[in-house]
Amino acid sequence: MNISKLNDFAKKIRRNIIFTAFKAGAKSAHIGGALSAADIIAVLYSDIIKIKKSKTLDDNRDRFILSKGHACLALYSALVEKKILKKKDLETFETNGSILLGHPIINKLSGIEFSTGSLGMGLSLGVGVALAAKKKQKKYKTYVILGDGECNEGSVWESVMAASHFKLDNIIIIVDRNNFQQTGKNSLIMDLKNLKEKFKSFGCDTIEIDGHNKKKIYESLKFQNKKDTPRAIIANTIKGKGFKLFENNNNWHHSVITASIYKEILKEL
Amino acid sequence: MNVQNNIKLWSNLGMRASFGLIALELANVHSDLIITTSDVSTSAGLDRYKQKYPDRYIDVGIAEQNLIGISAGLSSEGFKVISTTFAPFQTLRCCEQIKVNLGYMKNKISMIGLASGLVLGTLGFTHCCIEDIGVLRSIPNIAIVVPSDPFELFKSLRESINYKDSVYIRLTAGINTKIINYKDYDFTIGKAVEIVPGEDVAILGCGNILGNCLQAANILKIKNINCSVTNMHTVKPIDEQKIKYLSKKNKIILTVEEHNVIGGLGSAVAEILSNHNNNSKLIRVGINDFYSSGGNYNYLQDIYGLSVEKIVNTVLINLKHEK
Repeated sequence: MNISKLNDFAKKIRRNIIFTAFKAGAKSAHIGGALSAADIIAVLYSDIIKIKKSKTLDDNRDRFILSKGHACLALYSALVEKKILKKKDLETFETNGSILLGHPIINKLSGIEFSTGSLGMGLSLGVGVALAAKKKQKKYKTYVILGDGECNEGSVWESVMAASHFKLDNIIIIVDRNNFQQTGKNSLIMDLKNLKEKFKSFGCDTIEIDGHNKKKIYESLKFQNKKDTPRAIIANTIKGKGFKLFENNNNWHHSVITASIYKEILKEL
Repeated sequence: MNVQNNIKLWSNLGMRASFGLIALELANVHSDLIITTSDVSTSAGLDRYKQKYPDRYIDVGIAEQNLIGISAGLSSEGFKVISTTFAPFQTLRCCEQIKVNLGYMKNKISMIGLASGLVLGTLGFTHCCIEDIGVLRSIPNIAIVVPSDPFELFKSLRESINYKDSVYIRLTAGINTKIINYKDYDFTIGKAVEIVPGEDVAILGCGNILGNCLQAANILKIKNINCSVTNMHTVKPIDEQKIKYLSKKNKIILTVEEHNVIGGLGSAVAEILSNHNNNSKLIRVGINDFYSSGGNYNYLQDIYGLSVEKIVNTVLINLKHEK
């Protein structure tokens, strides 16, 4: 782990996110939830996930599933930094016929494992993928990022239960706990109470970390799963992290970055 | 495998137990086949399979949304997957998972909907399934096959594994299933089979209700009315050529199905007819968009006009109108 390298990677992801959202113009983009997940995704793609441009279809690659698909700008940005996507691909975001829409579209060659964004489905896919690894005796790991709002979906809990029941010690669930969902605070819309205890009681080895502390993120992701046990990381994050205007301001869940705002926030990088 | 022996045995067992036996044969052929279920191993006749292939049997518990997600994940990693549970839960409970994982992303699996239609009528309409075809027909990249008997189930399941899209296989009727296909025949997904030739009225059916259609045709024959009976085992993609051909030859086309007349086989046939000039009149026999009081299979077939007598009467009444 090289902290300055990680910081640099995260900064590039944030730069790509706001660049793409700015280019999207009036079409607007999901900004807050992409920025809250940016550090987690930065560490995953910088140091953890084994995937290469020339080997996106390699059977031994680690599998990454962005179940909270609306945070796709963070994923696309990371794939650009990994040279799997091109920077100019970002400029096609949400344009007619683009491969990069407001939610990921399956494109294994370009490093996108599944079409996600309909919430509550990604971890089920992850359980299937991790089960397949066991059956094929493959060493790859499956990383799934869930949103905290997403955890309102009952199907999330069906899949957490299954990950534990099937003793999947090759799956790592990361919850981007930014405490907001589309129309407000989790606590007001559907209170998740003690999320850590919930994952624990479903049988996951669960820890809670600061989801913007790259060292902590790295260590938690590097940590080996306990035998026969899925791992859950509750990453406490700030929605809109990195830009004062966006932080903890849910108006930036899905919004438009104007030229003047873009110019202003660039200074914060 | 001795087909003739199996036809008899399977029909005694019915679709569900036959499915279990067929699964054993397929697992023997395909070493990468996995069966996923939602706590229905016994209901699906899978107890022997489960014992013989414990590593290729995954029970996800009573969690059908997860059933489809896990199945799609396995499929995306190269496994051949057959998922199964009772028809309402195999289709409606996890409908959006089917849309996104199988339709939109094109992960490919075969889904077996157990005891669809009206056979579980004494359990009430929570367990009957008269909506599955209509709902799934509106999702792209999903084929829908309704086998007429267990022998056809064998053929459709075997073919579904190599078919380009996900396939929903809808099982109807209970034990002692009527035998529709006594001899071996060519089966292709999307190609209807004319079982009985005739020229006055064309009866098109899918599922084991075709047994009633065949009996009705026999009774009508005694009255000098020649009905053809066609097995529309695939509702999607529907056999357009066959429907066009039948509409040219017949004044009356009668569709018969254990499904809501909205969205099922009758609707699919109507959609084809509406695209072509033809002089035939379409009568759709099936569930007329209401949940009746519960009761056994015969009771419900009678209520919905699917009994042999009611099918005969419907043909006679409509022929009278034609004259």
